[in-house]
Amino acid sequence: MKNNPVIIDLQNISVSFGQQKVLDNINLQIHDGEFVTLLGPSGCGKTTTLRIIAGFLIPDEGNVIFEGKNINGVPAYKRQVNTIFQRYALFPHLNVYENIAFGLRLKKMKEKDIQNKVKEMLELVNLKGFGPRDVNLLSGGQQQRVAIARALAVEPRVVLLDEPLGALDLKLRKDMQVELKNIQQKLGITFIYVTHDQEEALSMSDTIVVMNEGKIQHIGTPTDVYNEPHNAFVADFIGESNILDGVMHEDFYVEFSGMRFQCVDRGFMKDEPVDVVIRPEDIDVVRPEKGMLKGKVTSVTFKGVHYEIIVDIDNFKWMIQTTQKAEVNDIIGLDIKPDEMHIMKKSKYSGLYGDYSSFSDEFDELSDPTITAEGED
Amino acid sequence: MKKSSFVQTVLNSPYIIWSAIFVIVPLLMVIYYAFTNESGDFSLNNIIEIKDYASTFLLSVGYGAVATFICLILAYPFAYFLSHSGASFQRMSIMLVMLPMWMSFLIRTYSWMTILGDSGLINRFLGLFSIGPAAMLNTPQAVILGMVYNFLPYMILPLYTVISKMDGSLIEAAQDLGCGKLQTLKKVVLPLSVPGIASGVTMVFVPSVSTFYITQKLGGGQITLIGDVIEGQFQTAYNYNLGAALSLVLMVMILICLGVLGYFTDDKDDGGVLM
Amino acid sequence: MTKNSKLSKIYIILIFIFLYAPMAVTMVYSFNGTESTYVMSGLSTQWYLKLFHDNATMNALKNTIILAVVSAAISTVFGTMAAVGINNMRNKYLKSAVMTTTNIPMMNPEIVTGISMMLLFVFAGALLHKKDVLGFTTLLIAHITFELPYVILSILPKLKQTDICIYEAAQDLGCHPLKAFFKVVFPEIRPGIVSGAIMAFTLSLDDFIISYFTNGPSFQTLPIHIFSMTKKRVKPDMYALSTIIFVIIFILLILMNIAQVKSEKNKKKKKSGEMDL
Repeated sequence: MKNNPVIIDLQNISVSFGQQKVLDNINLQIHDGEFVTLLGPSGCGKTTTLRIIAGFLIPDEGNVIFEGKNINGVPAYKRQVNTIFQRYALFPHLNVYENIAFGLRLKKMKEKDIQNKVKEMLELVNLKGFGPRDVNLLSGGQQQRVAIARALAVEPRVVLLDEPLGALDLKLRKDMQVELKNIQQKLGITFIYVTHDQEEALSMSDTIVVMNEGKIQHIGTPTDVYNEPHNAFVADFIGESNILDGVMHEDFYVEFSGMRFQCVDRGFMKDEPVDVVIRPEDIDVVRPEKGMLKGKVTSVTFKGVHYEIIVDIDNFKWMIQTTQKAEVNDIIGLDIKPDEMHIMKKSKYSGLYGDYSSFSDEFDELSDPTITAEGED
Repeated sequence: MKKSSFVQTVLNSPYIIWSAIFVIVPLLMVIYYAFTNESGDFSLNNIIEIKDYASTFLLSVGYGAVATFICLILAYPFAYFLSHSGASFQRMSIMLVMLPMWMSFLIRTYSWMTILGDSGLINRFLGLFSIGPAAMLNTPQAVILGMVYNFLPYMILPLYTVISKMDGSLIEAAQDLGCGKLQTLKKVVLPLSVPGIASGVTMVFVPSVSTFYITQKLGGGQITLIGDVIEGQFQTAYNYNLGAALSLVLMVMILICLGVLGYFTDDKDDGGVLM
Repeated sequence: MTKNSKLSKIYIILIFIFLYAPMAVTMVYSFNGTESTYVMSGLSTQWYLKLFHDNATMNALKNTIILAVVSAAISTVFGTMAAVGINNMRNKYLKSAVMTTTNIPMMNPEIVTGISMMLLFVFAGALLHKKDVLGFTTLLIAHITFELPYVILSILPKLKQTDICIYEAAQDLGCHPLKAFFKVVFPEIRPGIVSGAIMAFTLSLDDFIISYFTNGPSFQTLPIHIFSMTKKRVKPDMYALSTIIFVIIFILLILMNIAQVKSEKNKKKKKSGEMDL
């Protein structure tokens, strides 16, 4: 994918709404045929980025380059990008067929070609024979498919998807994820996908762009973003993480929780303070005397595949996901392999995340702005 | 961004300019005329002269209030009963309520003379029993009747809109919680219809207070309300300055009345209840 | 039928009798054999014939229709533009200022609206040293002004219901913004525009008070003509006119009603048809 030419190049993009800076110096290169996901909580600027690429918004500063040409001044209707809107935005006065044919008619295509194209699109999204239906009477999933067909019918170079599955229920959502990915691979066009759902991002994308507060926090492949997060925000936003204060004494040696451990990272200054990320599933539970660290279990939750155990070590609450059972108040030992300690430079997010002392599933959901304030972005 | 604000300007400016010239400036003209004399010099004479008309103002408000109250009393049960009838009956009835609003109110008002006059229908009917003739025309009652008759539909429609859109489950919930029929009406339906009442009261009170045709025809010149005085200043006495001063006071008075109404109902009336 | 619902029907019918009695009287007397509007003696259609041959009345009718059509057309176009503009307005203070101004002609007593415009026209006439400024143009301006708020307020709710995304989606698919408006937004707000236009038209037809202060001898509308007729002793020809207006409006309303019922039935049919599939 990375060998393909760059199709969209965002250079130093900044946007403010009034006093509020929504995008702060965004730089992003997207390659032809890539599936790129913009991931972040509400208000992080991901939808704004999408609207800039679509042409609905002109950046205050910076350039949008499409195949080497600056398209800052090109209006939305002249761009070779098409959007699949969050709430579908189907034209309520037109039926399914006419919705899909809308863009084709504007291109003044022959009626015969339009017919063939619409038929082809309906087959692509598994809505064969739905042409004459009233769009207002379709189910959410069907409306979504029409929206996809409508955007793809005009054969765009780039498709922009703004939380397209946000309004669907969980099961349908999973099915559509697979289907969208299949469509993208089959047609080989560039997809730029906006979501706040990290699972969706991990399972569909070639590249994930993690954003927060109008800035890009991390660009990388799903495994890269998960395993080597750039900072505490990325580590916390994607998956669960224990994030500890540490000091890098020398290459391959880090100190945290009052102890010195061997690790695989290097290239830090001597005695540089760092954040250490350890994923809950990377921790092995052992007997106390065998562990590198030991602590008291404060809660145990059965999650089906594994147990989720919270352990108190020096007043820092760790989360461990393990298949081994433990009881509350047990003293257990923790064993962590050197390549599973990920060392990050300190950032403004250090100390904000990664401690599970006030953790509960419910609390997590309540305090997660992406769930309560969905669609405000 | 800049482009869309340009489109904005193109769309808005004709209307903004239009309403500035033909809504705001005319009101400024009223103020200008009210505070000048015939030769265009500043003068407070018109404002001072208004005190001679204080009783007329009060009388107009009184007539308007009575007519509005009667309309409310007549219209509320009508709207309530109607909203609980069959769908096709409702549709037909609302059509019949709206129809008079499109008819010339001049002829409709005039035709009451045929009914109420000394040799009118009622008196000739009474004459069969050798009663009368009762003087019904040119009385305060006739004027009130004219107001109620003309403006009743403007009370019915907003009330009907509000009551028929009321969530039925609210009424059921009230009954479920132990409200009797009358109590439900008093505690749930009535408070919920306040926006409709406010809008109906406005739409009846304002034209009643300022009417001049109804008093001329059904009051026979015996009863002079402020609308008659203002009309006279413009169409017969040609004293625009005094007329403007009276209009200014009328406008301010109505604004105060609506403000008081708004204070008690705490509802933003945007006129949208009518349709 | 329960006793209560019977009583309520009776009440409704009594109110209708009150509303329609004067109109019934005018209808009966329009067929009067003599000139009286008090004593009915013999039937004839002479007043209808007289009406059609009365140049002043026919001229006033023609004027009324011209004025209503022109003012409704202009206020509909203007009002639609203004509604779209207001709906997209970002500046809260400007928006509420514009909305307040829009409400003024609706809240103000008609007599005040009428004389305020008259004063403006007279003042402007004096500035331009022009006598007899009042005429068709001033009537047209006045009518457009009082119709505009009704047009705007009937379109605004439809615009609020319309998802702006469809406007963007159309542009996204290659529509020029103006074309996008007409192709996808316009069909959504059309019912509001139509009802606004109808309201503007009927308001103009029926307006007396504002016209009374802004008209001139050169251009009289039907309500003004009727007013000058009722200043004298009215002959049954005015009743004949009223009867004709009544019949026309009645037929129009019935037609509108039938159309509405039909379209609702169609919608239902369509829906149930879809369910069966």
